[in-house]
Amino acid sequence: MKKSLIAMGLVVSMMLPSVMSAQKVVCKIKGSDTCLPLSQKFAEVYGNKNAGSGISVVGGGSGVGLAALLSGTTDIAQSSRKMKIDEKLKIQETGKAVKEVVIAYDALSVIVNPSNPINKLTREQLEGIFTGKFSNWKQVGGQDLKIIVYSRETSSGTYEFFKENVLKKKNFATNALLMPATGAIVQSVSQTKGAIGYVGLAYVEKDVKALQVSFDGGKNFITPNVENAMSRKYPITRPLFYYFLTSKEAAFKPLINFILSSEGQKIVLAEGYVPLS
Amino acid sequence: MKVRKIVEKFTEGLLFTSSTVTTIAVLFIVYFLFKSGVGLFSESPVEQGYTLAVNATNPVGALNAKQIKAIFNGDITNWKEVGGKDGEIQLFTLDELSSAYTEEQLGANFEHIPACVNDYVSKNVNVFAFFDSKQFPANFHGRKIKVPKIGVWDFLTGREWYPTSVPVSRFGVLPLILGTLLVTFIAILFALPIGLITAIYMAEIASDRMRKMMKPVIELLAGIPSVVYGFFGLVVLVPAIQKVFNLPVGETALAGSIILAIMALPTIITISEDSIRSAPVALKEASLALGASHWQSLRLVVIPYAKSGILAAFILGIGRAIGETMAVLMVTGNAAVIPHSILEPVRTIPATIAAELGEAPFGGTHFKALFALGIILFIITFIFNSLVELIKSKNSK
Repeated sequence: MKKSLIAMGLVVSMMLPSVMSAQKVVCKIKGSDTCLPLSQKFAEVYGNKNAGSGISVVGGGSGVGLAALLSGTTDIAQSSRKMKIDEKLKIQETGKAVKEVVIAYDALSVIVNPSNPINKLTREQLEGIFTGKFSNWKQVGGQDLKIIVYSRETSSGTYEFFKENVLKKKNFATNALLMPATGAIVQSVSQTKGAIGYVGLAYVEKDVKALQVSFDGGKNFITPNVENAMSRKYPITRPLFYYFLTSKEAAFKPLINFILSSEGQKIVLAEGYVPLS
Repeated sequence: MKVRKIVEKFTEGLLFTSSTVTTIAVLFIVYFLFKSGVGLFSESPVEQGYTLAVNATNPVGALNAKQIKAIFNGDITNWKEVGGKDGEIQLFTLDELSSAYTEEQLGANFEHIPACVNDYVSKNVNVFAFFDSKQFPANFHGRKIKVPKIGVWDFLTGREWYPTSVPVSRFGVLPLILGTLLVTFIAILFALPIGLITAIYMAEIASDRMRKMMKPVIELLAGIPSVVYGFFGLVVLVPAIQKVFNLPVGETALAGSIILAIMALPTIITISEDSIRSAPVALKEASLALGASHWQSLRLVVIPYAKSGILAAFILGIGRAIGETMAVLMVTGNAAVIPHSILEPVRTIPATIAAELGEAPFGGTHFKALFALGIILFIITFIFNSLVELIKSKNSK
């Protein structure tokens, strides 16, 4: 009698967690380093709320995440750029379909050394600086000082976005310094007088100065901040994506719903990204 | 008796298997490297799945990657400059398509795009269209542009490294090769004398207590992760170089060389010291007995004896320096330009592979180009090793 009671208790206690967390999600998220801190926070908060969930988050870059999704080694690919045509073609070849969800926005700030008197630039001036047409701050109304361009590596989603959005698909100057991480750009800009670079809004700190930019030929200069990015007034804003196979949509639905809920979007704001609404 | 024989046979078999497996593994990796890298030269530089086209009356039939890049960059704006008739080049991509046609014309599911592309290209004489290959209809009225495949010579002597550029990628590795050689060469210039002097000091001059203290410290240097060296370089060395030489930018070949020299030191010191210490005492005593001073016998007897060991240390030091990725990636600035002095930013081959391989689409042109870079690095190291072997065999005669 006693034994069977214990056995019953054991069975019930084993079942309990699974009953409690009908919402539990077990998955792997991999990809963009820009999305990394955000996904980690989502995983942490969601895991605490829904016992039994196991969400592991790995960086490596948007391309790595999407390649892992193709080869089936990750469940969700986080990406700071839209899927490319050849990646889509490869998915099609395997006969699977992919679902795309925008989870948040990210705004890029153009940063310079705090000792630089320049406070604002137009898109055309930025294009000139980053493509190498302008090589001295004098040419955009600053001091007589050589411009040192810092950029992310060619394969980063941030690089592609900046190139498409600000340089209108023109190529960066060959002498641009390509840094392996956003943190390295902030570090270098803070210690190099003539430096200019671009980083996510969340990375701007007191050692560097974020510039106001104008995309309408100098009529309106917009300060990069969450408010302006949310209202889409700030022009250098990009969506961040989650990609997963449509066949697995049902399994991840609770997590996606959580991210898109007002609670999830609060996390987005708290982490320094731009919420969807 | 029999048992011993079996054990001996077994041991022999074990040794044979382990060395065979090692050799096969190495050969397999080399095979993989070459197989992935050589594939680059049968690839087109145009982004996969895309096609470039012009109006049927346009005499231009083929363009090379450099010309296409210049056109899309806005550096070439007239067909005359690429061998066509006088007329301003009109770029035509998805952006222009959506502004030239209404949504109705394009169709609810964009099913009419091919027809619109066809229409636009046949109506505009100076058009240069860049579209997904599937958007070109079967009865296309324009002419598709031929783009030559990536050539070995172009790859080796090209000066532009734009691996992700659209519509054509540019793989010119000359700046990367020169950057790698420069950084390695300067690093060895620093590391070899310092390493050799330290090794001689530790082997011959230092007291036992001193040596017991120094040796573990130097060996500890080898255990520090390279990213730590890189970060140290970025926050300490880079600003220091910028100040000392009064440069606009501190991320230079020199910073990379110094970090690499520090990283190569433990290898060079440990191996040279061991080989100097392995000189027979009898040789040294004979030299001293003949009246040579300590310094003379060191210079004329011990060091010549240890020469092959020192050479080995040199090779391993170079190996460490030339293949190092992370530390160099963080301090050299990674600008793909041909360096004119050691106070300019450079981009090395290992840093390029490390920075880009993670994001390159698997099996794509960029991916193959990075493996081709790996082949170049392999060949450079191979040449270095063979040279040293050659010198060694000449000396021992």
